[in-house]
Amino acid sequence: MRFLLIIPTVFILVTTVFVLMRATGDPITAALGGRLTPDQLAERIQAAGYDRPILVQYWEYLSGILTGDFGTTISDNRPVTEVLTTYGAATLELSTYAVLVALVLGVPFGMIAAYRRDLLPDAVLRVLAILAYATPVFFAGLLLKLIFSVWLGWFPVAGRVSTAGEIEMRKAGADSGFMVVDALATGDPAVLLDVLSHAVLPSLALGLLTAGVFLRLVRTNMISTLGTEFVVSARSRGVKERRLVTAHAWRPALIPIITVAGMQIAMLLVGAVLTETTFEWRGLGFQLSEYLQARDFVAVQGIVVVMAVIVAVTNFLVDVIAALVDPRVRY
Amino acid sequence: MTAPETQGAPPPVPAAPEHLQGRGAWFKRLPVVHQVRQSVGLQRGMLVTGLVLCAVFVVTAVGARWIAPYGWSQLRTPEGAFGAQQPPSAEHWFGTTVGGYDVLSRVVWGAQTALLVVIVAVTASIVVGVLLGLVSGYFGGWADRVLVLVADAVYAFPSLLLAILLAIVISGGQSSMWGGVLAAALSITVVFVPQYFRVVRAEVVRIKGEAFVDAARVLGTPHRRIMTRHVLRNSVRTLPLIVTLNASEGILTLAGLGFLGFGIEPTAAAEWGYDLQRAVADVTSGIWWTALFPGLAIVLAAMGMTLVGESLNDLADPRLRVRSRSRKVAGAVAATSVDAGSDADAGTTGPSKEES
Repeated sequence: MRFLLIIPTVFILVTTVFVLMRATGDPITAALGGRLTPDQLAERIQAAGYDRPILVQYWEYLSGILTGDFGTTISDNRPVTEVLTTYGAATLELSTYAVLVALVLGVPFGMIAAYRRDLLPDAVLRVLAILAYATPVFFAGLLLKLIFSVWLGWFPVAGRVSTAGEIEMRKAGADSGFMVVDALATGDPAVLLDVLSHAVLPSLALGLLTAGVFLRLVRTNMISTLGTEFVVSARSRGVKERRLVTAHAWRPALIPIITVAGMQIAMLLVGAVLTETTFEWRGLGFQLSEYLQARDFVAVQGIVVVMAVIVAVTNFLVDVIAALVDPRVRY
Repeated sequence: MTAPETQGAPPPVPAAPEHLQGRGAWFKRLPVVHQVRQSVGLQRGMLVTGLVLCAVFVVTAVGARWIAPYGWSQLRTPEGAFGAQQPPSAEHWFGTTVGGYDVLSRVVWGAQTALLVVIVAVTASIVVGVLLGLVSGYFGGWADRVLVLVADAVYAFPSLLLAILLAIVISGGQSSMWGGVLAAALSITVVFVPQYFRVVRAEVVRIKGEAFVDAARVLGTPHRRIMTRHVLRNSVRTLPLIVTLNASEGILTLAGLGFLGFGIEPTAAAEWGYDLQRAVADVTSGIWWTALFPGLAIVLAAMGMTLVGESLNDLADPRLRVRSRSRKVAGAVAATSVDAGSDADAGTTGPSKEES
């Protein structure tokens, strides 16, 4: 029954965003105020229905969301839903790479840190993890960009694909939004290489941030399971140390790791917004900062609501999965 | 917030074993001093490094007007204009920005802005969070349930996005120095309040059931007095941990806001995130000094506070605390186990949960 709480949670999120965005006034004045005459403004406000009672607008907004209608952007006059589907894929792609980087780096090194607890490897890894947490992802991105694209010239400076690659994709008629899929569709290895080289630095920047969190998570939970009696008894039965860590202690440590890792989705999305802005990776985050600059609050509202709901639903799903996996967790 | 920095002195040399000294001098039982004495080896190294970084940050922030060679929005001296994007030189150790400001001065003044924002944000969120948690947890009822639901929803909200929305509401995005500092601080406050609320409420609910609270009630003590004297004092022991971790998160959120263009205007105050945003274009043309120095400032300030927070966290958790083998005496263990019990519930999900 606790699972039903997801409904009021989403409702509160959606309402919070609506109230906050309307507390400043109507979005038309915010976006176009000063550029149009008061008469023109009033006309636009009336046409968009922002002069009606706030409760009517709120009701319309809620029912719109239920039918998948988030309104129309002011600055470029597109349905917000279209913006979400066009750019959502790019953000999803970046987040996937980042999580892969974080898993590859965070999990094994977290195990090493836990096993070599308070020895040199642990000390070095922990300091690195704290460094990864304390470094803003956009600063890490700027440094990577400076070193590897500007000075060394190994990777492109920004974007997701070069113009030549984009033309190839157009020709092949591939427009799934996932660049790797599209590049595979062209069947040209050069395009695939082009796409991947664009993805390296943004994925590293966001992935390193996430890896620090994963490392600390794995370390703390491994330390507690390594100290339990069944590990001691396994060791006394002569189980190899390596297997002790990777098989015996790892499994029970996994459940809290999954739960807390799931909660990091909020951090990952915020990180994606900043990473995309740094590397002009045309995803939801990049669009969000563009719309913020343009003071287009309808678009901002739509994107923020969707991100908040994604986070809430993910946390909820993680809870459900944890309950299914772990026989001790029951609601 | 203030406690860790003022106690930034090097750790006192441990003299006789603790159990022989009785309760020890009063300063040895002060929050951070106690932990420095309690820690050994790597943990002590991390804690002391963190304290030193924090001390440098605070000194820079407070003494900005004497340390910074120029003003944060100064463009020229009587000899002439600074010029834009000048590489580091004798006059400008860290070079100048695209707008013609001195990078070193902006980095130094930026510490002041960051410190102000963090102090206001953490103080405000403690006051609001603790009050709400105390009243809500103590009285319970439907108001408590609604508050918990709202706090959970806000807690799950991506923090930077929430801060952006609030920055739009409070200041319309841009404003003067104090306006900007307050807007940024309040935006961060709303993000932090649920954390204090959750922790304090959980503790209050637990302590409310203890026998000494019942005893006080039977004696006819008014609610107000039970709440402040009996419950509150016992519910706030874990707060120093959250404060240090929040302080670093506050610096990062402020920088994120500035980077997305919701910071403080360059003429109103110096802000590291804003400077980094302006540096994005510079980096592409190989100009490194406008990005490197403000970025390093953020990293060092956030790292100092995280190191202190992490160390305090580990020291409060008996599973993670390292004990000096030579000092394993009954008296010493008894003295440390005072804070150990309070963290039993925090330990179940691991300490990283507070930092999301």
